[in-house]
Amino acid sequence: MIFIEDKQMVIPGDVLADKEYQSGRGTFKEDDKICSSLVGLVAIRDKKISVIPLQSKYIPKRGDVVIGEITDIRFSMWNLDINSPYSGILPASDVFGKEKRDLNKAFNVGDVLFLRVVDVDEVKKVKLGLKGRGLGKFRDGILIYITPTKVPRLIGKKGSMINMIKDETKCEVVVGQNGVVWVKGDPSMERVAEKVINMIEEQAHTSGLTDRVRNMLFELLGKEIPEKEEKPEATEEATDEEEEEEENGENLIQ
Amino acid sequence: MITIITNKILGKNSTSSKRADGRASDELRPFKIEAGVLERADGSAYLELGGNKVIVAVYGPRELHIRRLMQPDRAVLRCRYNMAPFSVDDRKRPGPDRRSVEISKITSEALMPAVFLEKFPRSTIDVFIEVLEAEGGTRCAGITAASVALADAGVPMRDLVVACAAGKSEGEVVLDLSEVEDKDGEADVPVAIMPRTGEVTLLQSDGNLTPEEFGKALNLAIEGCMKLSEAQKEAIIKRYGD
Repeated sequence: MIFIEDKQMVIPGDVLADKEYQSGRGTFKEDDKICSSLVGLVAIRDKKISVIPLQSKYIPKRGDVVIGEITDIRFSMWNLDINSPYSGILPASDVFGKEKRDLNKAFNVGDVLFLRVVDVDEVKKVKLGLKGRGLGKFRDGILIYITPTKVPRLIGKKGSMINMIKDETKCEVVVGQNGVVWVKGDPSMERVAEKVINMIEEQAHTSGLTDRVRNMLFELLGKEIPEKEEKPEATEEATDEEEEEEENGENLIQ
Repeated sequence: MITIITNKILGKNSTSSKRADGRASDELRPFKIEAGVLERADGSAYLELGGNKVIVAVYGPRELHIRRLMQPDRAVLRCRYNMAPFSVDDRKRPGPDRRSVEISKITSEALMPAVFLEKFPRSTIDVFIEVLEAEGGTRCAGITAASVALADAGVPMRDLVVACAAGKSEGEVVLDLSEVEDKDGEADVPVAIMPRTGEVTLLQSDGNLTPEEFGKALNLAIEGCMKLSEAQKEAIIKRYGD
């Protein structure tokens, strides 16, 4: 027995289905019943029911790429705020190797970095690293915070949404899995990108978003809206499809 | 001739009830719940119940810096119930007092069973309940609004906790005591439940009741909770304007 439909909005405590279904993310099992634990939209895949939250906090996961801001410099590491209930640490050895150098000379408090989550241990100590293409310090630009669950929606299928924003605003855009977005370009264009990204966050749970984003972009840029090719948008699902962000080669230190 | 209409007269004229505001014994005061009213909080809710006006903000799960409070296996749920100085007829001295410390504690205990705290070890979820106007039954109003705010913040929960009081006033067991009924009445029984399973997460009793009256009051309060629960759900769904 199933009591809800795909993409229906549910709230905590709603009974979703009977025991013949599997309990996925955002749900829990109680007395052979599958219930929602979040406010979100139902996603049914085969026999697995999950709830995609409309609002959430970022929980660090190994391998994720995130954007963090340095909050403190300690003896041999930096502390970073990664927009999560758990703060991250970046060991000095990761930046300098075996060499002993002054930590202030590399990064200072307030610097924004693009990092990879190297490890998350049982006590939720988040180790970050800078090894990888495109990772490093950001100079200038603005930060936009969105709900982490909406990151896949912002990127779009194979990066369609984010590439559209990049192409139209001529801004560099980097999205962290933790819901922090860095945008750098002409200040007026940065503002356009910010508006569009905030709109995507607000309407992430609706369908046909790509078209509306395109119209909004053209409107904000004062361009003609081109003839729409009638192509029913395959409704993208803001689910686990964790698409790799296009990494930008610049902003590397050293 | 001018007659001054007071609540007493109104109550006497109404045939349906002896209550001061003319409500039936199982009738709630008019209520309104709204989710997502604050911009900067992770989740928020506003609730009106009769003359009560309560606003709740939820922050978290977020980093807990106080080491001694940290739980290695779960998050801590910190609640602060606070009454505004202008919330009552005589100015209330600002700051926590014995009553608000108690209500903060029981609110956090009433909400805890519903929240999946074990999903966020070593962190904290902060709930701030601000009573803007009080007219009896603010602890229940606070709990009801707090669970809406928690859901709005995206905190995973087993159910939406809902609270409602029942009591005895002028010899009759009644639902949702107003301020007068609470002050002049014989007893007050605030109850919080998780409506899906019917589990009770808060049960207090102040005053004198016979076992029969207590049972009646408890059932009445649960009935009231169920009505409020519907409004809670609507408030959350309305927030995202389907």
